[in-house]
Amino acid sequence: MKHLLTAAMPRDEAIALLDLAEDMHQIQDRELKKLPALRGRTVVNLFFEDSTRTRSSFEIAGKWLSADVINVSGKGSSASKGESLRDTGLTIAAMGVDGVVVRSGASGAPALLADWIGKPVINAGDGTHEHPTQALLDAFALRRRIHGRAARGKGLDGVRIAIVGDIAHSRVARSNALLLPALGAEVTLVGPAAFLPVPAADGTRLGLRAETSLDAVIGERPDALMLLRVQLERQAGKVAPSVGEYITGWSLTDERLARLGDAAIMHPGPMNRGLELSSRAADGDASTVLAQVTAGVSVRMAVLYSLLASDHATDQRSADHRPADHRPANDGGLR
Amino acid sequence: MTTLLLNAAVLGGERRDLAIEGGVLVDPATVDSATAEVVDATGLVALPGLVDLHTHLRQPGGEQAETVASGVRAAAAGGYTCVFAMANTNPVADTPAVVEQVHRLGLQAGLATVRPIGAVTVGLAGERLADMTMLAQSAARVTVFSDDGKCVADAELMRRALEHAASLGGVVAQHAQDPHLTRGSVMHESPLAAELGLTGWPSVAEASIVARDAMLAEVTGARLHVCHVSTVETVEVVRAAKARGIAITAEVTPHHLLLTEELVRSYDGRFKVNPPLRAERDVLALREALADGTIDIVATDHAPHAPEAKQTAFADAAFGMVGLETALGVVQQAMVETGLLDWAGVARVMSTAPAAIGSEPGYDAPLEVGSPAHVVLVDPDARSVIDVDRLHGRSTNSPFLGVELPGRVLHVWHGGTRTVADGRVGVATEGAHR
Amino acid sequence: MTAPRTVLGPDEIARALTRIAHEILEANQGPDDLVLLGIPTRGAHLAQRLADRLTGITGLDFSARVGALDVTMHRDDLRGRPTRASQPTRIPHDGIDDRVVVLVDDVLYSGRTIRAALDALADLGRPRAVRLAVLVDRGHRELPIRADSVGKNLPSARTEHVSILLEEVDGRDGVTIESATGSATGDGGAA
Repeated sequence: MKHLLTAAMPRDEAIALLDLAEDMHQIQDRELKKLPALRGRTVVNLFFEDSTRTRSSFEIAGKWLSADVINVSGKGSSASKGESLRDTGLTIAAMGVDGVVVRSGASGAPALLADWIGKPVINAGDGTHEHPTQALLDAFALRRRIHGRAARGKGLDGVRIAIVGDIAHSRVARSNALLLPALGAEVTLVGPAAFLPVPAADGTRLGLRAETSLDAVIGERPDALMLLRVQLERQAGKVAPSVGEYITGWSLTDERLARLGDAAIMHPGPMNRGLELSSRAADGDASTVLAQVTAGVSVRMAVLYSLLASDHATDQRSADHRPADHRPANDGGLR
Repeated sequence: MTTLLLNAAVLGGERRDLAIEGGVLVDPATVDSATAEVVDATGLVALPGLVDLHTHLRQPGGEQAETVASGVRAAAAGGYTCVFAMANTNPVADTPAVVEQVHRLGLQAGLATVRPIGAVTVGLAGERLADMTMLAQSAARVTVFSDDGKCVADAELMRRALEHAASLGGVVAQHAQDPHLTRGSVMHESPLAAELGLTGWPSVAEASIVARDAMLAEVTGARLHVCHVSTVETVEVVRAAKARGIAITAEVTPHHLLLTEELVRSYDGRFKVNPPLRAERDVLALREALADGTIDIVATDHAPHAPEAKQTAFADAAFGMVGLETALGVVQQAMVETGLLDWAGVARVMSTAPAAIGSEPGYDAPLEVGSPAHVVLVDPDARSVIDVDRLHGRSTNSPFLGVELPGRVLHVWHGGTRTVADGRVGVATEGAHR
Repeated sequence: MTAPRTVLGPDEIARALTRIAHEILEANQGPDDLVLLGIPTRGAHLAQRLADRLTGITGLDFSARVGALDVTMHRDDLRGRPTRASQPTRIPHDGIDDRVVVLVDDVLYSGRTIRAALDALADLGRPRAVRLAVLVDRGHRELPIRADSVGKNLPSARTEHVSILLEEVDGRDGVTIESATGSATGDGGAA
């Protein structure tokens, strides 16, 4: 049983997926956008949280591989008094589907479903935890921009990337923080103090260097700047910066853009123009925003193929997801 | 009926015989061994009946998770002869009617003494003080007041509650958690929480409230009890407060003596608890504090939940773990087998001291002739894997399922009445001896 | 264990490819509209070698008329085997519509790879005709597929393993055959 729950993976596994995505990407240039590899497989997009973009991307990816794709909206929390997360998952699995793509507002939900339902599970974003396919498509788009047609087999060695925004609450940041260094990139996290995650004893956050000054990081001439979507209205108003405060310190304004050279400008979308970045930055030649979207379909095709084409795909999950040896075993009550 | 317990290691020390007659401990020399029931206690440790100052029996209102009757079965299985039932029931135990109902249910169930805890504020809303005098003078004789589950955050309210409880000879037990620092918190605030994408519960949110309450206790001259201490920072505050002569007592749960936040990597809701499982350094500090008396007692914070409340996304899962049946085994593993505490120390932290804080009579002279016969015989050499099918309570949300723990409770007497024999819990009796 | 038996050396392979190139031209009555698509990995290299020969023979530049056709996604055995990595597909700039596509592969065996290649081609366009050139035909067809040009017919038992070695991939050219138990097959003597 193989799942894609996290962007944490060995370098060669990541490169293999990106190379497979390169081959899938060729379908964009064809008139007949169909490959038969997943014919007869049924994939469910089980989305407990709305997301037209990600869901459409997975749906197209599945259909281009000839899979049958169903979209299900779930409630799945005890708070909503509807069917529980577990029951929703078991019901879908009992219908005989071959794989489940899960998007949830709760961190850890895909991991729990993977344990409960016995079908391959793909994490399409869980709470503030991870969004592995987003990190893969970000890596794909950046790799292409840097290496062009010679991208196959390569990582992102020596590429310097700054990720800017509400890092603490961003699953995109978390997944990229795991994947990009594995591909050889040097990643710096940038944001106001309230948006940076809890530091470890050595001062690193999520294992990476963190800075509060975007201007200082731009001065270091990074190769790429990844702006994260900021939702200031969602924070408990007292502690997050105001819009004006955020733009002053962390927006990719035209002024900052001018100092950036030809660094790639990335954004997972949807963009808040004027807040995370100016229109000029979003629409300029250095922007990879649309390339990221296109990459998304190819990457998701690669992921679906890897997990569902063969009946013998093996488990990606590392030992970290299991409790330590002498501690209580994870069985009994939940199985 | 007279019972003779032969050759028990009393409080883990010298081996001698014990005798129970008429609900009290009597001199074994005066007993006719021919007509007495004889229990061979060779190889077993004799402890006084355990007293849990912090249990959630869920009745009224939460009967699908636990009732008073199922809760005292779990208690007896764990070696407990007295449990203090927290007030966060539905309706809340803020009126004589509710505490007297719980008291009555306890008498009906037998097996262990049930001492209802009264709320500090009406409805646990933290706005108005509950009628503490009425609660204290009710048939339930409330001596412990707590809003546990919630923190009494308003300093003015906490000050008045401390004063009022003091005037009644009672104690306020505080669930120390600054609500402003812990909005949406589900696990210990740490780099691990950042990694898992779960909102953190910073240690300072506990220690800062305890520091404030200790100073309020000092200024009011009242007794303060701190529930479930979980951080090294709180330990240091309690130590400093005691050094100043403040009348502060503190408890630690068994799970905080053994488990760390690493278990949350699995996102398994069984490991979600309030206060959360913390880091290795906290676990070690708590063990030392229990050994040196900075923390006075072990209290289970037994918190039953129905399966659906736990089998869901971590952020949505209910907080709490059951613990009555595994407490003694966990304390043996964390404290006795590590050499930090001997069995006499276990008796102190799990029986004598909690009874003193809760003003429950009959536990101040453990296993001495003339004391009420609350006795536990434990086999310290047995080891067993905690099995969901062998739990006696109604709920099975234990973090120790599938884990091997040392020790086995074999026999328990509650006021001379046999409640557990060969590890099997007896049927509820007509009434407990007082 | 005895070494595999070599049935074709580098010179024989070179001569066979030259003959195949001529056969392709002859069957097509000239070079017009020819496109060579090799099946990765070794088929693609063989297609490139054929293209070089055709350039030499005709004087036309066949480097713009050769490419690779990956058939991984069209295989009929994806479910039963471990996940297969794919290879790049490179279609020449002028495409395959109304062209004569010559599929090139190293070994023709069950025919299933070629079946997958025909399906892959159908998704890419509509050639006027499809022909097949292989270096080795080892028999045991499971589908009604035949090659138009064959470098060498190599009757073999199913228990035997036929290997193609190419300079571009393996450092040398050769075709070998060995039995499953590792002993040499064929006429009496070991290699």
